[in-house]
Amino acid sequence: MRRRGLVEMEAEKPKLILENGLRTDGRKPDELRPYRMVVGILSNADGSALVEMGGTHVLAAVYGPREAHPKHIALPDRAVIRCRYHMAPFSTSDRKSPAPSRREIELSKVIREGLEPVVLTELYPRTTIDIFVEVLQADGGTRTAGITAAALALADAGIPMKDLVAGVAVGKVEGMLVLDINELEDEYGEADMPVAMMPSFKKITLLQLNGVLSPDEFEEALKLAEKGIMELYQAQREALLSKYKPIAEQEE
Amino acid sequence: MPVFHVSNRQLVLPGQLLAEGEGIIVTTPLIYRSDDKFYSVITGLVQVDEKEKRLGIVPLEGAYMPKPGDTVIGVIDDVGLTYWSVNINAPYEGILYASEALPKPFNPVQDDLRRYYDVGDYLVAKVVAFDRTKNPVLTIRDKGLGKITEGVVVEIKPPRIPRVIGKKGSMLDVLTSETGCVFLVAVNGRIWFSCSDPRMSDIVIRALRLIEEEAHTTGLTDRVKAFIKDEKKRLGGDGG
Repeated sequence: MRRRGLVEMEAEKPKLILENGLRTDGRKPDELRPYRMVVGILSNADGSALVEMGGTHVLAAVYGPREAHPKHIALPDRAVIRCRYHMAPFSTSDRKSPAPSRREIELSKVIREGLEPVVLTELYPRTTIDIFVEVLQADGGTRTAGITAAALALADAGIPMKDLVAGVAVGKVEGMLVLDINELEDEYGEADMPVAMMPSFKKITLLQLNGVLSPDEFEEALKLAEKGIMELYQAQREALLSKYKPIAEQEE
Repeated sequence: MPVFHVSNRQLVLPGQLLAEGEGIIVTTPLIYRSDDKFYSVITGLVQVDEKEKRLGIVPLEGAYMPKPGDTVIGVIDDVGLTYWSVNINAPYEGILYASEALPKPFNPVQDDLRRYYDVGDYLVAKVVAFDRTKNPVLTIRDKGLGKITEGVVVEIKPPRIPRVIGKKGSMLDVLTSETGCVFLVAVNGRIWFSCSDPRMSDIVIRALRLIEEEAHTTGLTDRVKAFIKDEKKRLGGDGG
């Protein structure tokens, strides 16, 4: 009996906006999930970061600039950025095969292209910069959390970049635009729009849209994403500064 | 009229607006300019000279980039027919040709380079040429260069090397006079030293780690001095 009840619940579309106007996890429509960012948590990588956005936990590691292997991939005038987005087998409720899937290969490219505009690759010709994005736990918005983490790891590695990059997904559920959607809202919502930006320059480095938004909704969704990104940017800055701050304070 | 948004020696992050306006002289490639605005591209400490309108950054992170004239400490990675491949802690592998190492002409048919230096050997070398299109060329044909046969090599983050030397060598003076060890600080992040007392080596290693970790603070020289003095006292106490 109990089992049947569960199956029925899964098949039914859950109510995503509750009567009091809040979302399933109690957030307001324009509210980010509780986040946490830590920089420099891996000692073997040149730079690393962990970003948690609610139930989404992403680890990023950066190596380089280092000599390009195989040598033929090197470019004579700039560094090559390589990126691997990967979901750990234990990151989802059903085991995910560790082999790279079509989706992961695509997201690797998308994340790389979201970061390429900020990195000053021309300072390190004939080298590679390797970025590894490992999803430890997935609950929607892993690509944007991945970009946020990768930007932190790049800054931690001391790779020259014009700006940090932060990302967040905006969605439309039950006709309402909501910030930083989770797995549930992504699955049952009407639209999902991941956005990544260079916050200081207000330039967009990644923009995807899955679903349907009217032009007005799109404008509004973009504004909502920008608001979320500016908040994440502050958190990124604090995470990077906290690596140095303790000693600076102790001295005064 | 230029406006500076940061004060001297402030910790800055990539993408941070440092200054805007005309007539600002930028003294480093680590600043990105967009129209009249200047942004940091790296984590570091800014150098602001409002009178001279100069803007610079001392990085706290990042790789070592070779420059001709640099003294580096390298480890031999690979031996070729007429050259050694040397890891110099840079994105590029250093190349040491036989002609830059041996006093006589080298004939690979009759001789083997491994007889002179082999994989794993540490060398003090100098960068002769590096232009980004070819790998840095090294030499050991100069005074004080050559194979390291004794002592300890410690590796720290290359951007923090200037703090190990200090203003006009003040930090190095402290290290030398307090420990009595001999030092060679290479710009690629490796430091060689040799102490007569092996217990002193441990203190030096920890002092170097302290400098690396607190490179962004002021008054570091005094703290390192106090640290070494404390440790020496502890050593003396232990020894009876």
